[in-house]
Amino acid sequence: MDYIRAFLMGGLICAIAQILIDKTKLTPARILVTYVTLGAILGGIGVYKKLIDIGGAGATIPLLGFGNSLAQGVIKAVEKDGLIGAFTGGLTATAGGISAAIFFGYIFALMFNPKTKK
Amino acid sequence: MERDVKKEQEYKNIAQKYEPKPTLLKNVVMAFIVGGLISDIGQFFLNFYLSKGFSMEDANTLVAITMVFIGAFLTGIGVYDDIGKFAGAGSIVPITGFANSIVSPAMEFKREGFVFGAAAKMFTIAGPVIVYGVSTSILIGIIYYFLK
Repeated sequence: MDYIRAFLMGGLICAIAQILIDKTKLTPARILVTYVTLGAILGGIGVYKKLIDIGGAGATIPLLGFGNSLAQGVIKAVEKDGLIGAFTGGLTATAGGISAAIFFGYIFALMFNPKTKK
Repeated sequence: MERDVKKEQEYKNIAQKYEPKPTLLKNVVMAFIVGGLISDIGQFFLNFYLSKGFSMEDANTLVAITMVFIGAFLTGIGVYDDIGKFAGAGSIVPITGFANSIVSPAMEFKREGFVFGAAAKMFTIAGPVIVYGVSTSILIGIIYYFLK
């Protein structure tokens, strides 16, 4: 059951992005920036948590979930440490994903070469 | 030969009926399916890490690391771009697409050097994502501090 819900939630989020790409002048890079910002806002006002309760990984895997993690991390850190948490919480909560992206990204870029365009 | 206007119009009508429909619907369906499948792979790893006794928070971090690894690897061997050709947003929006946006330019610009080529170009798309994401979250933190 959780697989069906993850499929539907993740699929829906990607389908909306596809409509935005096809129907507006938004490029994929702008979609990603929009999604991470929107995810942070939805996370900040507590709405995104409900989407995660419904969709599980379907809500955390899209970049909206990355924005939500930033916001949740900040809120948690502010609760604990006060105002300084606004500056420490976001990257602390997302450190794993960002570090992995930098490290694996660099390693695989060294190991592989771009396929020659056919 | 005399032109038969009526016949021409008839032909146009028939031709229009068989013209390929705008690809929007197909694009959206493909994005939905691929985005859904990638989410299910994430759900599989989430369930796996939870079953190993990790907390929800740690399990989610491990899923992010795992998916980034897969996305970066598939980009390296050239498979992710093949998926992207028909998946569109379905391969861009998941976190695997974030990894793809890092590896792809890094490979491309490697020949311009390892510092200002590969390492700098890694962040062509990931950089703006982090700038906007982190800045928004800091604003949220400040607002939250004063409102709570």
